[in-house]
Amino acid sequence: MRFRIHRYDPESGAAPSLRDYELDFDPKGRKVLDALIAIKDTLDESLAFRRSCREGVCGSDGVNVNGRNVLACVTPLEGLKEPIVIRPLPRLGVVRDLIVDMAQFYQHYRAVKPYLINLDPEPESERPQSPEERAELDGLWECILCGCCTTSCPSFWWNPDRFLGPAALLQGYRFIADTRDQATDERLDFLEDPYRLFRCHGIMNCVEVCPKGLNPTAAIGKIKSLLVKRAL
Amino acid sequence: MTKPGIPRRTFDAVIVGGGGAGLRAALQLAQANLKVAVLSKVFPTRSHTVSAQGGITAALANVSEDNWHWHMYDTVKGSDYLGDQDAIEFMCRNAPSAVYELEHMGLPFSRLDNGKIYQRPFGGQSKNYGGDQAIRTCAAADRTGHALLHTLYQRNIAARTQFFDEFFALDLIRDDDGYVLGVTALEIETGEAWLFEARATLLATGGACRIFRHSTNAHINTGDGLGMVLRAGLPLEDMEFWQFHPTGIPEVGSLITEGVRGEGGYLVNKDGEAFMPRYAPNAKDLASRDVVARAIAQEIRAGRGCGPHGDYVHLKIEHLGADKIKARLPGIRELSMQFAGVDPIDAPIPVTPTAHYMMGGIPTNLHGQVVAPVRYGPEEPTPGLYAVGECACVSVHGANRLGGNSLLDLVVFGRAAGQHMIEYLRDNPFPRPLPSTPLERSLARLARWDRGEGSETVAGLRAEMQQVMQAHCGVYRTEALLREGLTLLDGIEARLPAAALSDRSRMFNTARLEALELENLLPIARATLVSALARTESRGAHTREDHPDRDDDRWLRHTLYFLEHADGRDQLDYKPVRLKPLTVEPFQPRARTY
Ligand SMILES: Cc1cc2nc3c(=O)[nH]c(=O)nc-3n(C[C@H](O)[C@H](O)[C@H](O)COP(=O)(O)OP(=O)(O)OC[C@H]3O[C@@H](n4cnc5c(N)ncnc54)[C@H](O)[C@@H]3O)c2cc1C
Repeated sequence: MRFRIHRYDPESGAAPSLRDYELDFDPKGRKVLDALIAIKDTLDESLAFRRSCREGVCGSDGVNVNGRNVLACVTPLEGLKEPIVIRPLPRLGVVRDLIVDMAQFYQHYRAVKPYLINLDPEPESERPQSPEERAELDGLWECILCGCCTTSCPSFWWNPDRFLGPAALLQGYRFIADTRDQATDERLDFLEDPYRLFRCHGIMNCVEVCPKGLNPTAAIGKIKSLLVKRAL
Repeated sequence: MTKPGIPRRTFDAVIVGGGGAGLRAALQLAQANLKVAVLSKVFPTRSHTVSAQGGITAALANVSEDNWHWHMYDTVKGSDYLGDQDAIEFMCRNAPSAVYELEHMGLPFSRLDNGKIYQRPFGGQSKNYGGDQAIRTCAAADRTGHALLHTLYQRNIAARTQFFDEFFALDLIRDDDGYVLGVTALEIETGEAWLFEARATLLATGGACRIFRHSTNAHINTGDGLGMVLRAGLPLEDMEFWQFHPTGIPEVGSLITEGVRGEGGYLVNKDGEAFMPRYAPNAKDLASRDVVARAIAQEIRAGRGCGPHGDYVHLKIEHLGADKIKARLPGIRELSMQFAGVDPIDAPIPVTPTAHYMMGGIPTNLHGQVVAPVRYGPEEPTPGLYAVGECACVSVHGANRLGGNSLLDLVVFGRAAGQHMIEYLRDNPFPRPLPSTPLERSLARLARWDRGEGSETVAGLRAEMQQVMQAHCGVYRTEALLREGLTLLDGIEARLPAAALSDRSRMFNTARLEALELENLLPIARATLVSALARTESRGAHTREDHPDRDDDRWLRHTLYFLEHADGRDQLDYKPVRLKPLTVEPFQPRARTY
């Protein structure tokens, strides 16, 4: 199989480039991560990428494959056009090869206060929540922070430091939607901002690429309608 | 003194590991306003806790009548009586409060109609000390580990814990009196060595199933904390006990949670026979994991396996219906479609026993203090050193862990260790002087990989080790098989000095990390083989075909393995099982049937 992989060695002083690899590999049932590992183990030990769970739940190995942001570990090799071009996630600084600097992404995540705020005394047992109330969180709490969505969003590309991006906004809404949370107003105050939230123009790249099938655009829409409702 | 230019940071406590165990302990310390640093070789939410599926066990009695005494009985029995009953009582008694606490933190548990936390049946759970199936495992769909890890990380953000993400811990710093004074670590992005000084150090580095070829574990599960402990001259406990989960996807290893059988799934062989009732007439598919794993292995051996090579069996859930599968087991459906190529709504999932969990580990007491025989007894605390989670052996899982008890172990003992560290820090307010060359050993280990022309590769040696462990230390073991495995491992270790890296760069050199990880994996494989060879009985997950029975007279005791010891390499020692609980009557060892 033929691969063309983004290489960047910050110590060499050389500019980033694409390097070709020819790998003897049966793609049947195998994923892009399997091929990356085989290249590293047998052809070129210096190829650097992040990986951990290898089953699509830890979010380490977001990369861009043939122009699309994906998790390498759950992307089948079969059906990909060769040479398979693998690049780092777009728009973030590249630390080395396929490894990007996620600091900005994590900072936006932290900015939405991604934790339950509830100042009532803690009861002896659980705080009740009906299955219907709990169902409001489905499609929100499953985010694995891989960055595929945010780095596919043109609004983020133009304003990476000010627009929070789909992943952070999805998490922002996850707590607004939780019946146990008491900080909805405070959260909405923070989000009511021309850049943080309103740079989202509903382009929906995020929905298209999310490897977990989540829908940040819908969540952002719900935040917007809560803001409208609040203003009335 | 340390070399000039080496970054050095000082904290009250340093925690190595940002999985569930490390984060729960960190939270305790941060909320007590102590200066705590969490080092993790991956961004914390990438830790392997995120993969836990089925749930966390606690006798909440939300669905069926229940109490912690029954949970305790099941855990003792599940451990094949090797678990320490004081620690087990502590865990089961504190389980409900630990789970409620997670709920208060915001963990999005699935819910019952009455608004309470959803619970599902898991293997080895009973009412009334061995009676009907109990329903005890609290779940957030089939992504409980994700929910738990993200919630704990979020709470730590709120508590302003300091994180050092993508720092790889290398070695413990220990002075001549045996005090642990911190760790050395490699900053992965820059390739620089750092010194983290702290009056208390906690290891929460997770499991090590990557010693096996087929495993449910992440690539990062290389047992680094265990390597650090062995190099510091401390022992590992019960390393012969590894859990082979009955239902891993063949070849790839991804786990299909026991919760699938809890929701009503069952195993069939190639004749379509539901075979578990033959092996466990009462509990059937929800017998303990060691029992189910052996049953599958027997079916495969008897030529009743499925597929072209007859090397797996089928897990059927079609009868649950699409709605229930989508609501309760969405993650399983996704994994099954991605890695086994089947949608379980229409067809059964192929499964086979797969290395899953390390019951053994760094010996601790129930405060998380690392204990070792020094002068006065088998369990003297090592001052300043703690361990929690899968890397630790407290020992609540004994010879076989029950499903849902690991996540519980993380939060109950994470909290307990954090609490004890707070007291320890109060009693030891002054830092002790560091040894004169705290970094020497780590720098030498790093320098070793900057030298030489290699005739061997790290990837090659690792693959061979994994193959040896898979073939010689799996579900069924014999003296001959283990002995041969040890000889092969000797051969691999002898070739390690001939391995070299072609990539000598500093920044984000992942080849170097894999080399350092291999240096941790090899002694763990060694500890496993040596401990397994010595234990001439079958107990829990350790099945010796040449010694098929449990032998309480000789073997109701814990193994301690030392890599380097005054008496030589590969020394074994033993210590008694703690059969006396804290407040209740002991459970005497009995024959174990399901
Ligand atoms: C697929 C799967 C499903 C499971 N399902 C369940 C379940 O449903 N219920 C249950 O109770 N149990 C389950 N388990 C078991 C349970 O998830 C694990 O035992 C548990 O999560 C381990 O947590 P931990 O905090 O000890 O380690 P981990 O979560 O593995 O974290 C280890 C941490 O240590 C860090 N680390 C390691 N080495 C270094 C180093 N050298 N330097 C710096 N940092 C380091 C890592 O970065 C990571 O942050 C499951 C396990 C698997 C594999």
